[in-house]
Amino acid sequence: MKINVSHVAKLANLTLSAAEEKKFEEQLSDILSYIEKLNEVDTKNVEPTSQVTGLENVTREDIVKDCELAQEEALSNSKSTQNGLFKVKAILDSK
Amino acid sequence: MDLNQLTIAEALEGLRGKKFSSVDIAKACLEQIRKHNEDINAFITVDEKGALEQAESADKQRANGEELPFLGIPIALKDIFLTKGLKTTAASKVLENYIPQYDATVVAKLKDAGAIIIGKINCDAWAHGSSGENSDFGPTKNPWSKEHVPGGSSSGSAAALAADMCLASTGTDTGGSIRLPASFNNLVGLKPTYGRVSRYGIIAMASSLDSIGHFTKTVEDSALLLSVTAGSDPHDATTPDKTVSNYSKIENGVKGLKIGVPKEYFASGLDSEIKEKTEAVIKKLEELGAEVVDISLPNTQYAIAAYYIIMSSEVSSNLARYDGIRFGNDRSFFGDEAKRRIMFGTFTLSAGYYDAYYKKAMQVRTLIKQDFEKAFEKVDAIISPVSPTAPWKLGEKVNDPLKMYLSDIFTVTANLAGIPSLAVPAGFSNGLPIGIQIMGTQFSEEKLFQVGYAFEQATEYYKHTPKL
Amino acid sequence: MKYAPIIGLEVHVELRTKSKMFCGCSADYFGKEPNTHVCPVCLGLPGALPAPNKTAIEWCIKIGLALNCDIPPFSKFDRKNYFYPDLPKGYQISQYDKPFCVNGSIRLSNGKMVGIRRVHMEEDTAKLIHQSQIPNLKSQISKSEKYSLIDFNRSGVPLVEIVTEPDFETAKEVVEYLKKLQQIVRYLEVSNADMEKGDMRLEPNISLREMNTTSKQTLPIPNDQLPNYKVEVKNINSFSFVERAINFEINRQTELLNKGEMPVQETRGWDDRKRKTISQRTKEEAHDYRYFPEPDIPPLAFNKSQISNLKSQIGELPEKKLERFQTEYKLSFYDSEILTREKALADYFEEVARVGNEHGINPKQIANLIINKKVDIETILPAKLVEMVLKLGKTEEVGAADLNKTLMEVFSENKKAVEEYKNGKEQALQFLIGQVVRKIGEKVDHNLVKNAILDRLK
Repeated sequence: MKINVSHVAKLANLTLSAAEEKKFEEQLSDILSYIEKLNEVDTKNVEPTSQVTGLENVTREDIVKDCELAQEEALSNSKSTQNGLFKVKAILDSK
Repeated sequence: MDLNQLTIAEALEGLRGKKFSSVDIAKACLEQIRKHNEDINAFITVDEKGALEQAESADKQRANGEELPFLGIPIALKDIFLTKGLKTTAASKVLENYIPQYDATVVAKLKDAGAIIIGKINCDAWAHGSSGENSDFGPTKNPWSKEHVPGGSSSGSAAALAADMCLASTGTDTGGSIRLPASFNNLVGLKPTYGRVSRYGIIAMASSLDSIGHFTKTVEDSALLLSVTAGSDPHDATTPDKTVSNYSKIENGVKGLKIGVPKEYFASGLDSEIKEKTEAVIKKLEELGAEVVDISLPNTQYAIAAYYIIMSSEVSSNLARYDGIRFGNDRSFFGDEAKRRIMFGTFTLSAGYYDAYYKKAMQVRTLIKQDFEKAFEKVDAIISPVSPTAPWKLGEKVNDPLKMYLSDIFTVTANLAGIPSLAVPAGFSNGLPIGIQIMGTQFSEEKLFQVGYAFEQATEYYKHTPKL
Repeated sequence: MKYAPIIGLEVHVELRTKSKMFCGCSADYFGKEPNTHVCPVCLGLPGALPAPNKTAIEWCIKIGLALNCDIPPFSKFDRKNYFYPDLPKGYQISQYDKPFCVNGSIRLSNGKMVGIRRVHMEEDTAKLIHQSQIPNLKSQISKSEKYSLIDFNRSGVPLVEIVTEPDFETAKEVVEYLKKLQQIVRYLEVSNADMEKGDMRLEPNISLREMNTTSKQTLPIPNDQLPNYKVEVKNINSFSFVERAINFEINRQTELLNKGEMPVQETRGWDDRKRKTISQRTKEEAHDYRYFPEPDIPPLAFNKSQISNLKSQIGELPEKKLERFQTEYKLSFYDSEILTREKALADYFEEVARVGNEHGINPKQIANLIINKKVDIETILPAKLVEMVLKLGKTEEVGAADLNKTLMEVFSENKKAVEEYKNGKEQALQFLIGQVVRKIGEKVDHNLVKNAILDRLK
């Protein structure tokens, strides 16, 4: 089966050239075919594992920690800031 | 022997005995880096000034009678460990100019223990790879043979240490990324239990699989380093509150221990040299008093498929924050491998496919975990090869991503199960290092050190050094 | 063709915890210098990991319990993946299939039981400031230079999402629900729930279904009768907007359906200046959030004793208090409703009533005083208020002779009023009472005066 690379790239916020799309489509399809191996396994009634630690209820108290980052530090790696805020091209679409 | 060729234990002894200073060691390492890094390409950032300052400070502290576990020892960090004020790139053009605003917990711990952070080390970009060839800053060469890969993704960490540019290095192991390069460089590489060492401040690859570990020349050094980095961290909710041993009982030997050999790991496809070497290891362990038992890990053949789905899915989510707004360059700067994994992971999580892929993989993960649990009812540790082949040539697998993935076939299982694994040198094949791994139950690192130490002392492979 | 509105509600309540949901930054972001309450976690820096706030989780469960929800024994966080500049990690930590609270309900004054589908926790996004909101910005800036500014102080603040079943039929019902919810949340002291400040946000989804002859809607509406579209409305920032927006949308959809057109399933924004909803349809397809369990946060398990412990911390909720004030203090529904609107006032009243009781003061007097005189409960201590009541309220004895004398005076000075009363004008009686009281002094028992007058004029 083939992956719709153009759709997936959009979902993943990646811009691909037509050539890249083609290349990745082939490579990803190879990987996908290999992955199909999992269909051989009988997983009926098997609980999925999303946590190997076996931990539960790990929480922290509602205490305020001292200011971890000063404003300049927070902004220090951005290419585009203004008056203490991060600046981006206008958001035309809504969420 | 040059100071940069010492083990940590030897260096600490010499420092305590005032035979040399931390500055001496740091200078020796820096000299070695100057001589060989252009060739080997192990380091992305060398902090010469910082290292010498730290070394001077360490000498002062030692003179004042302060005894910290790592005082004055130069250590190099895989460039996905955030270091405050020191550029951290993940070996990717996306972060080529990123200066972190905070230290990773492990980095802070190492600093508190007196370690000298000598520089940031090359790796596969975003830790995606098994050979070091996916770095956006050029591949790292294997110091044992510069036409061959050093293994990845912690490629530079292994190469730098093997080339005596530092006395230890850190790495991460999500599917074998410490054990593979350790094996390819005649080094000891530890993948601790998942959650044993904090992941806070380390660029996440696959959150449920990433293990934070390190490279050393000897097992003793590895134990020393773990006693500093291990421990629960309030910043990382996946670090259990388990006491950290001082890992000093490593000399207990293997007498009476039951060591399992999984038959599935010896299936066809295993290089005959590797098979031979592994069988030699088994024989040696028996000589040393261990009882070797055949065991079965029946779901081994599905491990890579399950790993790939879970890993890519988590990668696709963890790399979403790199949008160029708050830091870094935009997403067009991602390399091919990163793009592949992001897209594959996005696909496996997407509507209509989640059950068939991600959920299925998580279920297979349970089965693999259970395989190990059943096996560990019968044995204390499990031995296996790390790689199905000896180090391959640079460029050999670059154009075949799937082929590259299959080199992880023996290592991904430990990550899926969350168990620790220690890779130790097991000899050479045509001059290229080969290693084996020792796996145990969660939090059984002490036992792994025990087995590893016994084998190491009986074989002394660590005494070999590459000709640079 | 008649159409019946089907309205469901999604309300987000911002919790007033001290720290944020997944990090120790202060959650008190309103009015602060931008990007000063941030850390690697809420800024989404490389390597950062979430550490869940215990109090926030407990407060979310309290809200669920107050809404009669079940608390499943096992719960977890999930990642909701999408890209937007106000979402630093590129995913929001939320809850997908195992929320903290499910299957609750709340009763409206018309007797309807509105179903609460779920109550869950998530983290707030950063604040986006669009160029058009910035004052004194010159309009010379060309279109290509339009930009938005981001403040991450709000990023990571705990949010509780409360989702109802589509059980509402009118805008009025929605407003009542919102007011009740706001009151409950304020009683629990877990949020200020101030719509204008943004700590209570609402998104109704509205659709219309064809109505058959019977006008009463029985809930829940069977799935095959639910319309196959719904419109979400955003940007409703005050109670007044709620009614206007919902009613506008109902009308808009009715018009479309009457023309034979199916309303588009989409998100629309309320524009209060233009008094209409405007399509916010993006060029992209609907979001695929690719939910998966949050690997960085172990799951949460609750046992019965933990839940009952939280339940016992809730205290008396507004509905019960309102009932009790009527039965215990014999106050009217009207008075009780005012007194129990805010917990602080209710508590104050009860304290005054308790002290007043020791001096034989009727709670109704206290209620009247508090309600009519608009007592400043912040500055006047209950004991002080009781003193004031005692000064005013204790009615003075008046001798029968004196009373009689005053009555005669008043009758002779106000012959017209006496006539009017005798002719059936009730108001004249009040007037006469007032005249008598004025002569004798306020402290006389008005009832006594009234009876005396009635007696005399029989």
